[in-house]
Amino acid sequence: MQKLGDFKLPHFFNYPPYFTLQPVKETREKQIQLWKELILDYCRTQKIFVIKLEEEFPLFSNSVIERTLSHEAREAFLSALVAEGRSEWLDKGRRSCLILWHRIQDWADIIVNFVKDNGFEDSVMTVEEIRSGIESRGTELHGIDRTILMRALKLLEQKGKLAIFKGTSTDDEGIKFSV
Amino acid sequence: MSNFFSKAEVTSSGRPVFLRNEVERHLLSGVDLEPEDYRFSPLKSGILILTTHRLLWLPSSSATTLTSASSIPLASISHIFSKKSLKSVFHSPRIRFQFLVSSDGRVFDPGSGSGSGSSTGSGSRSVVVTAVVRGKGDCDGFLVKFWDSWRARAWESNETTGSGSGLASGSGAGTGTGGGLYSTDGSVRMVGVAGILRKEQEIWESTDKSLQDAFQDLNALMSKAKEMVMLAEKMRQKLLAGTSSQTSGTNDEEMGSKEEMQDWLLSVGIISPVTKESAGALYHQQLSRQLADFVRTPLERAGGMINLIDAYCLFNRARGTELISPDDMLQACSLWEKFDVPVMLRKFDSRVMVIQNKSHSDEEVFARIKSLATKPEALRNGISPTDAAMTLGIAPAMAKEHLLTAENKGLLCRDISPDGFRFYINLFPEIDPFNIYFVKDYGICITWIKAVSTSGKNALLNELIPTFMDLGSHTIVKTAI
Repeated sequence: MQKLGDFKLPHFFNYPPYFTLQPVKETREKQIQLWKELILDYCRTQKIFVIKLEEEFPLFSNSVIERTLSHEAREAFLSALVAEGRSEWLDKGRRSCLILWHRIQDWADIIVNFVKDNGFEDSVMTVEEIRSGIESRGTELHGIDRTILMRALKLLEQKGKLAIFKGTSTDDEGIKFSV
Repeated sequence: MSNFFSKAEVTSSGRPVFLRNEVERHLLSGVDLEPEDYRFSPLKSGILILTTHRLLWLPSSSATTLTSASSIPLASISHIFSKKSLKSVFHSPRIRFQFLVSSDGRVFDPGSGSGSGSSTGSGSRSVVVTAVVRGKGDCDGFLVKFWDSWRARAWESNETTGSGSGLASGSGAGTGTGGGLYSTDGSVRMVGVAGILRKEQEIWESTDKSLQDAFQDLNALMSKAKEMVMLAEKMRQKLLAGTSSQTSGTNDEEMGSKEEMQDWLLSVGIISPVTKESAGALYHQQLSRQLADFVRTPLERAGGMINLIDAYCLFNRARGTELISPDDMLQACSLWEKFDVPVMLRKFDSRVMVIQNKSHSDEEVFARIKSLATKPEALRNGISPTDAAMTLGIAPAMAKEHLLTAENKGLLCRDISPDGFRFYINLFPEIDPFNIYFVKDYGICITWIKAVSTSGKNALLNELIPTFMDLGSHTIVKTAI
């Protein structure tokens, strides 16, 4: 099995037509579906939150068969993910894409579980502490993309499970849990 | 009166005994002789033999042959009716002829009474006999030879040798009373010659008539064409007059339509619109049929499908002169739909047009493409139109059309890379999107994986990466590369 770092690649990764956007509708739909699964799988295991279309992305080229996805194909596959709610364009020019291998709601649940597991039900934490603090080490929250984390926190705030407030330092925000 | 014909002598085996110099010309089986005179009984179902001298009728059943075999000397025949009635389409073929019988109801046999000279044919009258041919003989051929023999007058040469009288058929011996002299009896000869003359006259007349008809048709066409041209001219004049006189009065829309109309008239070529139209229709029709016949050979050679351009070149080369335009070619091909021809014009999605046999099936081509695309080499590196062209024995451009059609059907999928445009067998349908690592242990995917894993290009990688095989389950998680 070919690997990309520690990521196991499927057989069809070496199938040259996999790297050419197929023109025939049915074939194309299947191809897009396979790419969506692979992108999500890869990003989840590699903790990749943002794919920049204009930059090198390991999954988008295969040196063994010397094939690289065209820009059109990359955009097609990512657009398909966006349409499914599994990713979001970060800019109008569609140059970078936020990959939601967990949906925002799922991230929110993860946060709640994390808070409960650590007995932080009524504590105060900073956003940065959740992303890189000792407590989150070893959990999925460790190293989470700030945009995604803020979106999940805001969702929880709407549900009244926490309050976000401006902290003393300018570049960090505090969170008061009330789970 | 059972039989009015002269009795014919037959051999014991039922063969007729011929006169001197008499030669058999033609034979028809299953013939009835039906005299159109109620006093004579018809002769049913026999063999009619034409000789240079006589018509012989022999019954088919040999038992009665000896007694009822009959003959009519050709000399006594005064007229052969050769015109075919409409009836002849539905009924058995018929041959009608008229011959003279003497007053006593015997066949007027000139040969039998050559010596008497006393009585002319005053008592004779004509009887019309119809020979109904129920068998499968060549009736037309018979008729032609009948005419020939009758006109050749072979029996006369016998007369002139001076030994003819003795050779007359036996039955005529005792019937001298009514028989006129052939040589002196002007009427017989006159009838014969008159018959020939009349026949000639008929032929002339019919030729003349058909010629006149033909010219009449032409005249009618020409006068019609003239009318149409006049009408077109009139319309044009009217339009021109209209535009010049009331430019201010007419609104733009009307003006537009008039101009359009005028454009049409001009583009059709008003000078001779009908001629062009009518001749054109016929021209393309004829061309279409000719083309359909022509392309069959190149089609066979090309495996049932040929590029329209190629066919055009071949066709024009075959014509040598009077070359046709591509437009005419296309029109001729388009007309095939209306005729029952074994070829058809086909337009691919890419707008490439080809001529193909109606019997040509895409399925067969797809099957061949599939077998080509599943060869180990093709699994590894795909197939190019050139590969397909060599395998299918067709032109690369044609092969590409086939490949694209196969792709469209989901049989193949494409790979565009710096190396070129290649096609691979379509693996996508077999892959499970919910378990992208799963490979069925049967089907095209596993075949592909095996083919790829043995390729030289990936051999090194293969050695480096260990192979995992989950032998316990259906899944073979085998390494690919």
